[in-house]
Amino acid sequence: MDSIISVNRLSKEYGSLKAVNNISFDVGEGEIFGLLGPNGAGKTTTIKMLTTLLKPTSGTATVAGYNIKTSQNSVRKHIGIIFQDPSLDDELTGRENLQFHAILYNVSSDKREAKINEVLKLVELEDKADVLVKNYSGGMKRRLEIGRGLIHEPKVLFLDEPTVGLDPQTRRHIWEYIKKLNESTKTTLILTTHYIEEADYLCNRVAFIDHGRLVALDTPDVLKDKLGGDVISLKAKTGSDALEKRLKSTSWVKTISRHDETIDITVEEGEKKIPSLVKIAEKIKVQIDSVSLHKPSLEDVFIRYTGKSIREEEGEGWKGHMRAIRARRSR
Amino acid sequence: MVDTNAIYVLWLRDIKRFIRAKSRIIGMLVLPIFFLLGLGLGLGNLIPSSVLGGSYLEFIVPGIIGMSLIFTSVASGTSVLWDRQFGFLKEILVTPNSRSAVVIGRVAGGATTAMLQSFIIVIISLLIGFNIHFTAATALAIVFMFLIATTFISLGLVFGSLINDFQGFQLVTSFVTMPLFFLSNGIFPLSALPGFVKYIAYLNPLSYGVDGLRITLAGATSFLNPIHLGWLVISPLAIDLFMMLLSSAIMIAIASYAFNRTDVG
Repeated sequence: MDSIISVNRLSKEYGSLKAVNNISFDVGEGEIFGLLGPNGAGKTTTIKMLTTLLKPTSGTATVAGYNIKTSQNSVRKHIGIIFQDPSLDDELTGRENLQFHAILYNVSSDKREAKINEVLKLVELEDKADVLVKNYSGGMKRRLEIGRGLIHEPKVLFLDEPTVGLDPQTRRHIWEYIKKLNESTKTTLILTTHYIEEADYLCNRVAFIDHGRLVALDTPDVLKDKLGGDVISLKAKTGSDALEKRLKSTSWVKTISRHDETIDITVEEGEKKIPSLVKIAEKIKVQIDSVSLHKPSLEDVFIRYTGKSIREEEGEGWKGHMRAIRARRSR
Repeated sequence: MVDTNAIYVLWLRDIKRFIRAKSRIIGMLVLPIFFLLGLGLGLGNLIPSSVLGGSYLEFIVPGIIGMSLIFTSVASGTSVLWDRQFGFLKEILVTPNSRSAVVIGRVAGGATTAMLQSFIIVIISLLIGFNIHFTAATALAIVFMFLIATTFISLGLVFGSLINDFQGFQLVTSFVTMPLFFLSNGIFPLSALPGFVKYIAYLNPLSYGVDGLRITLAGATSFLNPIHLGWLVISPLAIDLFMMLLSSAIMIAIASYAFNRTDVG
């Protein structure tokens, strides 16, 4: 695999705070690479350094073959960025925003119109192209920004929290656009997210970032497999003991645990094991009440590596926010 | 190559936004028009023409043009704050263009729109009795308008780059533009000012800009005397032009420096 981004011991410090702490990774050409972690983990700081908006304290990286410290302008020419916050001029139309971007990136005038129409089609905004951006919905603005990022045919497109603040349905749509553009343009994509499902659905490989450190990096499937497999929970009307005993001697059951009448077992490819389980139970005359299958998510993986949940952190943040509001009110 | 593109795009953006924001155009014209009517016609009738060697209206029109230019120009610095607010500043700053090109593009766009407003004021002045004193130098009036705008748009960009909140920006700019206007020859001749205040006005670029407009539009005599360097005589108009070119160049340089240091926000 040829790597298009190569990050080598990159760090960013603000006083004593290590926002990004000595991280190294490579991104292959054409990959969708995800940086996953809670808010404030250092994802955006990493992206800002890779896009030359911030100077690293130490370490270095190459993007599309250019050093981010010594060849900033060459890096900028070969990347596209979709920022976390909107960055459109909303007193211009969608098409004008794209035209301005094309001129700023020196796209030759004979190719400009064709390229603009091409991306408008990709993000399905052809019929809204001549409407002022201030009349766009949040999802439309995001799509326009994604399209804009592609106008100058960047080698790498950075997406910083591409779906934050969008409703679930729009989020799904944006995911589809992102997948589509990766398949049709073969552009390498790096995205940051704190949404588990987003990383799981989109990314070929995921890097977990926590407190500025890279704690794990692999494909979502391999990361999940490291947890040992799927969990099947069984509840029997009667004969739980007999069932537990029988399952303990079954070769493909990796672990087994029991809480009251519920038996949890870990197995590989859980969905294929359920019929066998039912058969086993029938054989020993145990009537099964309910079966549930839990596939490990990246969330479980994150918990394994950091001892906490990404969502928990978010909840804390929200609680903290509410506390701040209450404190303000009582003053 | 890329950089001229950036200048062109930012200029075009200002023009497009200017044409679409009709209420803003009218808003920026209201104050100069009131000054023009109140001072030019109201106060002007009380001032005998012997005092200024011509009617007060002829004296004040170039001053009001200068006023409109300085107010519009400095206020245009808010565009940096808006762009920071809406994130468009980031979009511009991550492109492979130098920040100086971004500054020049903004100055060019702002100067064009500020000059369009000046043309409207000239037309209104003509309607209330102002006469353009046509000479070979009259076309230079446009150059002076451009240089006044360039100088003070750069000043606005300096404030826009250094100040992050809107209220602070308004406070600082009104604190600066008002004295700049009143400590110039905008509404009264510099000879009317007491000694030391006069010297402050001599340091004010607006004094030279308005003087240039007064010579080229109204055919007035300058507050400056020609400089004799041996056989070479430098006319007041040339001094005005030189001073405005100098202040524009210095202010663009300062604006580029300040803009280079601004954070994306």
